[in-house]
Amino acid sequence: MSGPNHIRRVAILTIVATLIALPLVIWVLGPAMPPGKGSDQAAGQVTDNTVLTALVTPFVCFIVVFMAYSLVVFRRRGTEEEEGAAIRGDPRAQTLWIVLTSALVIFMAAYGTYALLQNGSGGGQGPDPIAVPHGSSLPVQVIAQQWQFTYRYPTYGGVETMHLVLPADRQIELHVTSLDAVHSFWAYGLGVKADATLGTDNVVFVNTRSPRSFEIHCAELCGLYHGYMFDTGKVVGGAEFAAWIRQQQQLYVPIARYMPPYSTTYSPDPQRRAG
Amino acid sequence: MLRRIAVLAIAVLVVAALIAWYVVGYLLVSPATVSLPSANLTLQTVAGLGNGYTEPTWVSYLVRDEQGRWQHTTIFKVPANSVVHVTVYQYDGDSGLRNAFLARAQGVVGNVETVDGKTVDSINPDDASHTFAVAAYGLVVPLPGVADDAKNQCEQAPCGLDKAHRTITFSFRTGAPGHYRWQCFVPCAAGFIYGFGGPMQTVGYMDGFLDVV
Repeated sequence: MSGPNHIRRVAILTIVATLIALPLVIWVLGPAMPPGKGSDQAAGQVTDNTVLTALVTPFVCFIVVFMAYSLVVFRRRGTEEEEGAAIRGDPRAQTLWIVLTSALVIFMAAYGTYALLQNGSGGGQGPDPIAVPHGSSLPVQVIAQQWQFTYRYPTYGGVETMHLVLPADRQIELHVTSLDAVHSFWAYGLGVKADATLGTDNVVFVNTRSPRSFEIHCAELCGLYHGYMFDTGKVVGGAEFAAWIRQQQQLYVPIARYMPPYSTTYSPDPQRRAG
Repeated sequence: MLRRIAVLAIAVLVVAALIAWYVVGYLLVSPATVSLPSANLTLQTVAGLGNGYTEPTWVSYLVRDEQGRWQHTTIFKVPANSVVHVTVYQYDGDSGLRNAFLARAQGVVGNVETVDGKTVDSINPDDASHTFAVAAYGLVVPLPGVADDAKNQCEQAPCGLDKAHRTITFSFRTGAPGHYRWQCFVPCAAGFIYGFGGPMQTVGYMDGFLDVV
């Protein structure tokens, strides 16, 4: 059967499209990928997002090229009225597609698992984390309640604060818990997201970088003011952090005698008149 | 066949209209806003609103308007970049805070409040009846409750000063104009699981907004 070799044409066009798109994905789109490079974990997520997007780029190019090629080449022209050629299956093409896409998915799963095991990738790991990075960490507790996050610093006498301030270039061990409903602590700029559940200590590791501000949101629908449950956290230099924590400790003195000892979880008694 | 289609279409339209009516009603119903240009905010908290209100058993805040009348709303208009002086007449009993840290007065001028004329920087968390808290200002003021065995307790809002109450005053600075939410942190909704339902989840009772203009 004579006529153009459509498979070869599509293959060539796919390769050309991939050669154009791939550098754009890696060097243009990649650096702009979320969530930015506010921490080692966030930077890792940028790399992961770039790798995964680069991996699927040839496949996306093939699909787009194939669709565009079909629309242009196989469209009905003029007054053509006869039926087109019958569509028939091609076991080789089907097998090749299944094998390639399956291999891609399996590779992505393996890559994702490897990346997760490096440092947890900023995700909550529950009370017994599997991916524990090397080196000492500064523990900071995140306490969620309707509708505000507060924070305790066990290293500094268990002082509790209204805002989250972290020292720069430190490994932080966040212990996320809740006093009431299910919340989710989402420090987007640091690449951190962890559910906050009553009675559960959800551990997250994050390695801060240079001083910056970052947004904190609750990412779990938790009631009337869920949409207002946000704050701005800060990563500051060591001296600034030391001064800030001293100030917080002074503010904390009057309430210290009423505070429960630091614990990874809290179970406040049911209220006397409520419930 | 056509008749069936017509009936079905009408039924669908009726259901859609009912859903739209409910959604629009939900979005439009909002407590009134009380304007307070003088930067003095006078509030009262009551254990139950009493007869004549939509939810007579619900705990609630009320605000005094410029004419000195008590209004059942939790949306207050206050001036920007000003010091707002707040007086709260507290008629409710204590429930206790789940987070003791919120019994520390903070975000207010001097980080102190006065309770019945006495200046304090915190209260016993178990004695807290409510809080007035504005997250955007890092502001939390704990409000101690009336003793359970106090005589002459108020059962009908608005409550008069002849009823058993605590008087709390404090001041805070507003910043730029904006729409800021405030709330109570004490799970004080009697009859709801863990005290967090009903009036704790409804603007107009234990939650509201500061319209800073």
